[in-house]
Amino acid sequence: MNTQTALAIEALSFSYSGKKALDQISFEINSGECTILLGPNGAGKSTLFSLITRLYDTHAGRIELCGFDIQKDTRHALAKLGVVFQQTTLDMDLSVEQNLRYHTALHGLSKKVAQQRIQQELERLNMYDRRFEKIRQLNGGHRRRVEIARALLHKPALLLLDEPTVGLDVPSRLAIVEYVHQLAKEENLAVLWASHLIDEIYPDDHLIVLHKGQIKAKGTVDAVLESTQTTAIKDAFYNLTQGEQA
Amino acid sequence: MSLMHYWRAMWGIIGRELWRFITQRERFISALVRPLVWLFVFAAGFRAALGLAITPPYETYILYEVYITPGLIGMIQLFNGMQSSLSMVYDREMGSMRILMVCPLPRWFLLLSKLLAGTGVSILQVYVFLIIAWFYDIRAPLEGYALILPALVLSGLMLGALGLLLSTFIKQLENFAGVMNFVIFPLFFMSTALYPLWKMKESSVLLSKLAEYNPFSQAVEMIRFALYGQFDQHAFFYTLGAFILFMAAAILGYNPSKGMMVKKGGPN
Repeated sequence: MNTQTALAIEALSFSYSGKKALDQISFEINSGECTILLGPNGAGKSTLFSLITRLYDTHAGRIELCGFDIQKDTRHALAKLGVVFQQTTLDMDLSVEQNLRYHTALHGLSKKVAQQRIQQELERLNMYDRRFEKIRQLNGGHRRRVEIARALLHKPALLLLDEPTVGLDVPSRLAIVEYVHQLAKEENLAVLWASHLIDEIYPDDHLIVLHKGQIKAKGTVDAVLESTQTTAIKDAFYNLTQGEQA
Repeated sequence: MSLMHYWRAMWGIIGRELWRFITQRERFISALVRPLVWLFVFAAGFRAALGLAITPPYETYILYEVYITPGLIGMIQLFNGMQSSLSMVYDREMGSMRILMVCPLPRWFLLLSKLLAGTGVSILQVYVFLIIAWFYDIRAPLEGYALILPALVLSGLMLGALGLLLSTFIKQLENFAGVMNFVIFPLFFMSTALYPLWKMKESSVLLSKLAEYNPFSQAVEMIRFALYGQFDQHAFFYTLGAFILFMAAAILGYNPSKGMMVKKGGPN
């Protein structure tokens, strides 16, 4: 499979009324890689996601999605992006299929292509039989699955997940973690997953540890362990964030 | 991005809004009950108290119910416009606004589509209201029912844009009560929806001036004239100007670099 840079961030900084939320951060994510963004509350994870999704403008630094600058070539860049936000962003009173159709319309897919993709993504998640059910009738785990399916409908190169397993029971959580890792491999998808749950990290994942707006460590799990001279991610994280809870 | 993309996205947004409205029966009923109560109770009660001279577009003496009907159409659209702003705030709080904002289309287009969707819903309500009014013997010339459509589109867009603009200022859902007190009531009562300008002038010149410059008055007058097959040029351009102004300000408000999104700060 081809490896290409799906997300490149260069010297990115952001402040809220003078207070620095992100300070000169730089990193890259390649296709087929699953990168876990670890950080305690207030580390700057949500700010980073808001900048990548262009909810906020980038004032200092650069964000590129598949080579498209988010600031200058916003629409091409956003077309490459699939997002699962921390909060559920589904319409509760619409069915699974209606929610997905809305998304395909926003991305300009034709009816035929939309139908094929919806079937494909829902079947992969064993949700196709439930496509006519209203979101309100689904449990938290199934809602998340629908959101992941939705984020993939327009075939993005980068999948952004903002703590998608918060509030889910353990089996649903593990199933989603497993599914996303599998997607990265099989679909050659770049994944950036913000989390504070250390057990969601797989040995071959890449890690970025963010603390007080700065990157404290980045690289493969092994590299981060080596640089912190620890044997468990929990300890490495503890060392890097001076004991703050993830 | 092809034109087809814009077309599909626009219909996706409009379709979703219409479907939500049709399936939310309570919303449909309450949207109709409000103007009907005004028509059946308020207007009937005031019929005797208010004498109306013959003024254009009316060619004869009319009942108060007839006078108030365009005002109530405006009221439907005013409430609907504000309801859209409420749903924008709700969408923002619930996050579904983000789904719209990360799709690869220009923001002005997405906001305009949202606005068209809200206008479509309000027009649906207006026509149901007019059908009920017809059975209550409030009837306009038949062609008026077709000619009112473009007027409804413009007035719906203008009031929706005002709602959109307000939604950039409202931080939380709870603040909607403020919108009711400080926007809906003043706009409605300080307008020609309930009483004509000349009548207002008799009691307060200031009030009549305020009503004259109120864009809601102009939208109501545009609807009133259109319903009787006439084109009120002044009201049309005034409403159009107000729409452009509100829309431009709303687009600015939703612009990531200049707007309220930044001032609101992030969830971080």
